[in-house]
Amino acid sequence: MTDDLTASCPIPLNDYPQVLLAHGGGGRLMDQLIAKMFAPAFANPLLAQRHDGALIDLNWRRLAFTTDSYVVRPLFFPGGDIGKLAINGTVNDLAMCGARPLYLSASFIIEEGLSMETLWRVVQSMKRAAEDAGIQVVTGDTKVVDKGKGDRLFINTAGIGRVDYERAISPAEVRPTDAVLLSGDIGRHGMAIMSVREGLQFESSIESDCAPLTDLVQSLLEEGIEIHCLRDLTRGGLASALNEIAQCAGRQIDIDQKAVPVREEVQGACEILGLDPLYVANEGRFVAFVRASDADRAIKTMRSRALGEEAAQIGVVTAGSPGLVTLKSQIGARRILDLLSGEQLPRIC
Amino acid sequence: MKYIDEYRDKDSAERFASAIARLTTRPWTIMEVCGGQTHAIVKFGIDELLPKEITLVHGPGCPVCVTPLELIDKAIEIAFRPGVIFCSFGDMLRVPGSETELLAVKANGGDVRIVYSPLDAVKIARENPSREVVFFAVGFETTAPANAMAVFQADQQELHNFSLLVSHVLVPPAMEAILASPRNCVQGFLAAGHVCTVMGFTEYGPIAEKYRVPIVVTGFEPLDILQGVYMCVQQLEQGRAEVENQYTRSVLREGNQVAQRLIREVFRVIPRKWRGVGEIPCSGFALSEKYADFDAERRFGVADYTAEESGECISGLILQGVKKPHECPAFGTLCTPEQPLGATMVSSEGACAAYYQYRRDKL
Repeated sequence: MTDDLTASCPIPLNDYPQVLLAHGGGGRLMDQLIAKMFAPAFANPLLAQRHDGALIDLNWRRLAFTTDSYVVRPLFFPGGDIGKLAINGTVNDLAMCGARPLYLSASFIIEEGLSMETLWRVVQSMKRAAEDAGIQVVTGDTKVVDKGKGDRLFINTAGIGRVDYERAISPAEVRPTDAVLLSGDIGRHGMAIMSVREGLQFESSIESDCAPLTDLVQSLLEEGIEIHCLRDLTRGGLASALNEIAQCAGRQIDIDQKAVPVREEVQGACEILGLDPLYVANEGRFVAFVRASDADRAIKTMRSRALGEEAAQIGVVTAGSPGLVTLKSQIGARRILDLLSGEQLPRIC
Repeated sequence: MKYIDEYRDKDSAERFASAIARLTTRPWTIMEVCGGQTHAIVKFGIDELLPKEITLVHGPGCPVCVTPLELIDKAIEIAFRPGVIFCSFGDMLRVPGSETELLAVKANGGDVRIVYSPLDAVKIARENPSREVVFFAVGFETTAPANAMAVFQADQQELHNFSLLVSHVLVPPAMEAILASPRNCVQGFLAAGHVCTVMGFTEYGPIAEKYRVPIVVTGFEPLDILQGVYMCVQQLEQGRAEVENQYTRSVLREGNQVAQRLIREVFRVIPRKWRGVGEIPCSGFALSEKYADFDAERRFGVADYTAEESGECISGLILQGVKKPHECPAFGTLCTPEQPLGATMVSSEGACAAYYQYRRDKL
């Protein structure tokens, strides 16, 4: 049995005999791992939605269900910490299904030797984030691993939420002429983490955008906006999210670089390190694909909320080439906006 | 953003493009030397604004791309040794050696760390006195001062556990090698602005004169490159072959003399092998005798490694501007960023990677 599995391992063993960091980087290698190993192994219609969470229809009630693990280093960073991230990340995955988050689980994998005070600070931060997001942590688990067998603290959260919106929100609903809306400026979370990462500290006032997105999404639904798809921009950033949706939806997405808000300090840090903010992680931003005629109203609705003040239309969906994302550069030429292979690495000079 | 937005302004770019079109009366082939310029050209679509008579070919100025295979193999060999902390710029980690890459060494438990400055590696050496800390000193004249400073400081601090695996190359000899080749098609150069920020541009006068080519020291933003092309075409149309400086906000004629003194103190000029191109005389740096104790090749006994390049990869021709990436039969099929045959497909400054990432749909 084991031999059979090894022999038919779908990831080309000659190329990748081992898991590399890039397999978790939100780029093409992670895509390959999910598409070739996880998705076929657990194949079912709910998983096939390829959404941030699964939408489960219990006849009397529709639920959204999702999970995520948090392995950030350092544990505390400007604008947040692993605890706040663990709550908001899962809350946001539920929000992207159009759901009102209800309950969360929280599992802690703790490395022996972690200071109790650190754990306490993380837990207090989770408590505050859960209150802010209006969600309860109702079950959990704790494991402690030997020193050296973990990286201080890993957290997994899973969540369920209630879906009241009638229409399906999923990549499959995306259609040509849909407006692509972005809820705010991009790149802050990733650059906030980089600014305090060991070996790279640089002075900046960049803070993570980590925040719960439920209210912003619910305000769009209450306003009667016809939402076709939502995706929060986490690992891999805006570019990766758009590529995933273009592929799942079988549509082309055309973006205008000029319309994408990036704060000056984020832009500056990216220029110095040779990174592209379009691929940098966010924890409180999303893209919404809405009916073209609803776009202006949707932007107005988002801009009336603190988290959506810089909301803007950044592009449109076309029938064009299925799976393709293009970007109009500042000087007006159009090019592909591709998935990266793995994580962005700062360049030499 | 200041110094960014004004150099990416659409209207100014279009004005420059029309001025170039008005100036151009016949076909010209211009090489941008630096990989950073190549990426800006493809990423912003600068070449698409140019008249069809102007062909931009991509030069050898990608440090990752020209680092020879045996040096990657040496890096991997050293990184695998117990007790070693191997420090490198992130770009080098994905470059394939003969059998594996530095990222795979890391996945196998090797202590491979990405640093952003060679001085960070010196700090790691100071903090880990019982470990051997090696920095992979890759690059052109641009990174040479910082790498020289790392050795200089390590020497002053008597850090005997620090060493440098040196793979430094120099731009002017490579430009001469391209011009001297019977296959050469380059009629004008956009020289690498940041290399000249360090070295100045007096070295280029004799090259412009000997080979009758205009050389314009050029920056990296879209308007820099368009202005560089404009100045180069102007010279070509007027039959001039001079060295001009477009990148005046960064480059002085004599360069950064303090940096040059440090380079001369720590390094000496030697012949270097360029990946895909072969050996070019006087085209690189090694540590000078005074600092030879910091040479990782000597310390780890890997000086005489050799390695054969894959026959399928034509990166040498691409780095010399003889072929464009999409003219390679392996492009996008046998060779992709996930399964690269050569470094030009891996590096963020490699021409093949730029074509693959930004314009695969049009090829």
